Order: sequence, then C-alpha cells, then structure tokens
Amino acid sequence: MAKKEKNYNAIKARRIDSRPFSEINAYTVLFRSKKKKRVNRSKAGDITLFVFLAIAGTFSLLPLVLTFFNAFKPLNELFLYPPRLWVANPTLVNFIDLANALGNSLVPFSRYFFNTILVTFAGTLGHILIASMCAYPLAKYKIPGGSIIMGLIVYSLMFPGSVTAIPHYLVFNFLGMIDTQWSLILPSIASSLGLFLMRQFMSQVPTDYIESAKLDGAGDMKIWWKIVMPLVKPAWLTLLILLFQGLWAASGAQYIYREDLKMVSYAITQIATAGPARQGTLAAVSLIMILVPISVFVITQSQVMETMAHSGMK
Amino acid sequence: MQQTIEKDKFLTSVRKWWHRVGQKADSWSKKGGPVRRKMYLNRTLYFMMLPYLILFFAFTVIPVLMSLALSFTSYNILEAPKIIGWTNYLTLFLDDEIFITAIKNTLILAVITGPIGYIAAFVIAWLINELPGKLRSIVTLAFYAPSLSANALVIWTLIFSSDIYGYANAFLLEWGFITEPQTWLTNTTYILPIVIVVQLWMSLGVGFLSLVAGLKSVNKELYEAGAIDGIRNRWQELWYITLPAMKPQLIFSAVMQISGTLGIGGITVALAGFPSVSYAAHTIVNHLADYGGIRYEMGYASAIATLLFISSIALNKLIRRMIRRVGE
Repeated sequence: MAKKEKNYNAIKARRIDSRPFSEINAYTVLFRSKKKKRVNRSKAGDITLFVFLAIAGTFSLLPLVLTFFNAFKPLNELFLYPPRLWVANPTLVNFIDLANALGNSLVPFSRYFFNTILVTFAGTLGHILIASMCAYPLAKYKIPGGSIIMGLIVYSLMFPGSVTAIPHYLVFNFLGMIDTQWSLILPSIASSLGLFLMRQFMSQVPTDYIESAKLDGAGDMKIWWKIVMPLVKPAWLTLLILLFQGLWAASGAQYIYREDLKMVSYAITQIATAGPARQGTLAAVSLIMILVPISVFVITQSQVMETMAHSGMK
Repeated sequence: MQQTIEKDKFLTSVRKWWHRVGQKADSWSKKGGPVRRKMYLNRTLYFMMLPYLILFFAFTVIPVLMSLALSFTSYNILEAPKIIGWTNYLTLFLDDEIFITAIKNTLILAVITGPIGYIAAFVIAWLINELPGKLRSIVTLAFYAPSLSANALVIWTLIFSSDIYGYANAFLLEWGFITEPQTWLTNTTYILPIVIVVQLWMSLGVGFLSLVAGLKSVNKELYEAGAIDGIRNRWQELWYITLPAMKPQLIFSAVMQISGTLGIGGITVALAGFPSVSYAAHTIVNHLADYGGIRYEMGYASAIATLLFISSIALNKLIRRMIRRVGE
C-alpha cells in the first residue's frame, strides 16, 4: 500500500509541478518563470491565444475609447480629415455646452437626468427587496407550489422580452399606468433573472443558521432580513448591477409620451438625430451615461463574480 | 387623550378581528388534506412570496397567455377583439412578404451572432481564467463594458457615418480599399453585417460573467488528476474536464444568448433607423413593434409574439439537449 502510494507520488512529481495552483498562470509562464512548465500548456499555444485575446479586447474597447476622446475634442478636431482617435487639445467645451443645454431647452436637461435617476433607484431598490423576499422561501423551503413557480421563472428566462410588449401595453392601460413612470418601474421589479440568481445563491446559505434562529424564536421575516440578507450581499449587489444597467439605459419612450417624464437615453437619441452640430455634446452626455454603470460594476465586481458562480442551470 | 383611547379601541378591534380570521383559517386548514395544512403552517412564506408573484404574473405569465389568446383575434384596442381563428398565422406566412424578410434576417443574425458570440464568450472567459487575479478582473471589465454601456451605441453611427468624417470611411479611403465614401447604414448590402458586428460587440453579457465565474470554480484537483490519467494538451483538458465540470453555467449562458439573439431589434433601430432601407435589417422584433406599436393591429402582432415565444422555447430545449451531451 505504502509502496504504491510512493510510486504514485513519484509519477505525480515528475509530471506536474508542485506549486500551488494559484501561482501557476499564464502570466508567470510568459514573463517570469523559465524553470518549471505547467500542466498541459505550451508557450506557442499561450502566445497565439493571448494575441487573440488582445485583438478581441481592442475591438471591445475601441468604441468606448473613441467615445471618451470625442467628449474632450474641440469642434475642429471632431471634423478633422482624416479623423483621429486621440485628442490633441483636450477641452471641456462639450461639457459646458451640455451644462447650458441642461438649463435652457424646452424641457430642461436636468429633468431627464432626474427621471433616469428616480426610475433607476426605485426600480432597483424595489426589485432587490421584493425579489429576494420571494427567493428566500423558494430557496430554503420545500413548499407546495414552489417547484412550479421556479419552473415558470426558468421558462421566462428563455424568451426575449419583446414577446410580452403588446400585452404589457394592455396591462398598463388596464391599470392606468400609461404615461407614468410605473410602466418602467413595475416590470423591472418583476424581472425574473434577478430572482433566479438570488434563489441560486440563497440555496448556499447553511440551513443550520435558519434552524437555530428558529429555535431562538425568530419568525421567517426576521430570519430573512436579519440573517439571510446580510449573508447574500454578493447576490443583491449582482441584482443591483443587472437592473441598474437596464434601467439606466431605458428610454421610456414606449409607454411614456409626456416630454417631462422621459429619460436621458431618449434625449440622447434626440440629440443624435439633430445632426452633426451637436456631436460634441452627444459624446459628452454618452460619456457621463456610460461612466456611471461602469463604475458601479467596478465597485461590485468581485461580489458579482461570486454570485455568478452559482448561476448554473440543469 | 380622547384620541389615543379611540385609537386604542380601534386597534384592539382590528386585532380581535384578525385573531378570529386566523382561528377560522386554522380550523379550515385542519379539515383538508396534509397539503392544505402544510400551506397554512407556511403562510408567512406565502405572504413573503406574494408581492413578487403578483407582479410576475401580471407582467410575465398573464401577458404570455394573453398574446397566445389574442393571436387568434383581430383587435385594434378601440373595438372588442373579434375571433378570427388561424387567419393571422395564415396571413403571416402566405401574404406578408416583409415578415418572411424579417424571419430571414433574424435567422441570419441568430445563426451568425448566436454561436459566434457564445463561443467567443467561452474562449475569452477561458483565456481570462489563465490570467493572474488583478489582471483577470481588469480584462473581465474590458470585455463586459460594452454591454454595460448601451448608451454608447450612438458611437457606431459615427464610426459608420456616410461622410468622409466617419471613421470607417476615412480609414478605408486612407488605405485605398475604397475610392469614395460608402453610405454604410443605408446600403442594403452593408446594414446586416454592421448589425452583426455591433451585436457581437455587445453580446458579452451576463452569460459571459457566468462563464468566467464558472471556470474559476472548477475544481483544480481535476486537472492534476487528468494529467495523471493521460491528458496531453489543453484541448483535451478543455473537452474532458473543463466543459463537463461547468455544464450548468454553459446552459445558463446559452439561455441568455438565445433570448439575446432572437430579441435583436433595438440595435437595428439605433443603427439603421425604423424601418431600415428596403427592410434590409428588419427583424421579427421590429415587425412586432411595427404592428403593435404603430399600426395597433394587436391580434396580428400577438401572432408574431406567439411565434417568437414558441421558437425561442423550442430552440432552448434543443440547445440544452446538445449541451448536456458535451464531454461524452
């Protein structure tokens, strides 16, 4: 027995390197270590794959970089031939133009910003609270009807949202919510992706915690709020970023016709159709609008990734 | 003082009434079978689920059923729906050439952006997994950023703008690929490829994050064990260890990819306008929006929605079955 194990270890030592796995990565292979080889990795393969990664990354980032530079270009650089990617004389004139537009257009631009912030905030907060309140029984109890509900939710992830666009109009009409911001807030509270991720993550909460809280006399609401919610912080940060990015980009033009209830995205498309003269302002407002969700994601990234590890389906 | 007493009285009566309701429900639950009793004992849980479920049924379940029912009617909102049987479906397939164009465009988009986007998401996630910690999160952000920035979509209209200041025109003119500026977004040959490029640019979404996270959580000992069992290169390792270990994330990501590609519609409007020149970028979703949002032919639009719903569910079932077979 011992001999066999020794033999096995010898083979293991010959074949694979003994460093902890966290230290073995492409970075060390490419730039540092020349001593040891990793399991099943060739240098040529590494280089080919990372060239691919670099090209794909450039494709992914270039339009965003372009937006960034355009926001700081003076007018003569925006209409330069041949156009340049980077900016030679950065200026804030586009942002000043934007600030002027904030004050004195038909509907003040600040109103669009206010609407976007209000809807995003209400929808995101409502979704996190209501969806996680529903996810807790689905994740930790076997209650009659629970599996049917979960099945419906998984099915609802499978088709594009446009399927329900027409009945949505009829439902809003029935509830008298056409032309109000509820038509954006309520459907996003009912978003099923968030509930699905929350339930998957809550299943990881040890049942012992809940049992012992129960012995101490806590009710289910209390357990949910005081014990489960703090433990699933990564999950609700994920719900936050998912809903945030959707609502932040929503234009609201579909069910809202009043000009003073529309959102920034709608204003952006209006400026875009106004022609090349507003190109600088357009870049400035786009930059502001994309920086917000990106920074929210940067802050929550590690927690989001933790949640997504439990996103699997069977 | 008087007020507080009245308030107290009111509250006690409410409490008494609530208590009676509780007792009644208790005795009612004892009469039925074990399921009813169990539901009664878990009533707090049901109350917790209620707010979400009301909204979920109102905005997802009922709408799907409604569009199924409305698809057999003629309905213009002003008058009551009239049942007309299969007429809508027959018209769609036999009389509506634009719908056939829309199906064709949607299929082209789905067949190209679906698999390419999915495989690209996986390959990129797989490469990211080999990077050291800090770099890994930066690169993840770099690839996820486009889908966070839906508001930056307008930059593509600038890149493909029809004058010489458009980046694509300027670049190609400068390098001698073309001799005069092209009208990218109004030229029927270029619209669809451009939509494909932009869709691919934006397609690394939640599914991609799921793949990155799934790869990270594959048990590392499996790789060492695999090396002993005779796995020679990274491709074998990918097929025999990595893919089977992360099937759940693969399925989740495929589900996201399918509903994303079949739902392409916003991008075509943002790039090519609505309707696009000779319907070159007209998708099923655009057709749906046309009849539902502009012409108010709700029955007809519901038929389109129902077809979209059925085809996405069928496609999902098919792809899931394929993914379950991976690594066997």
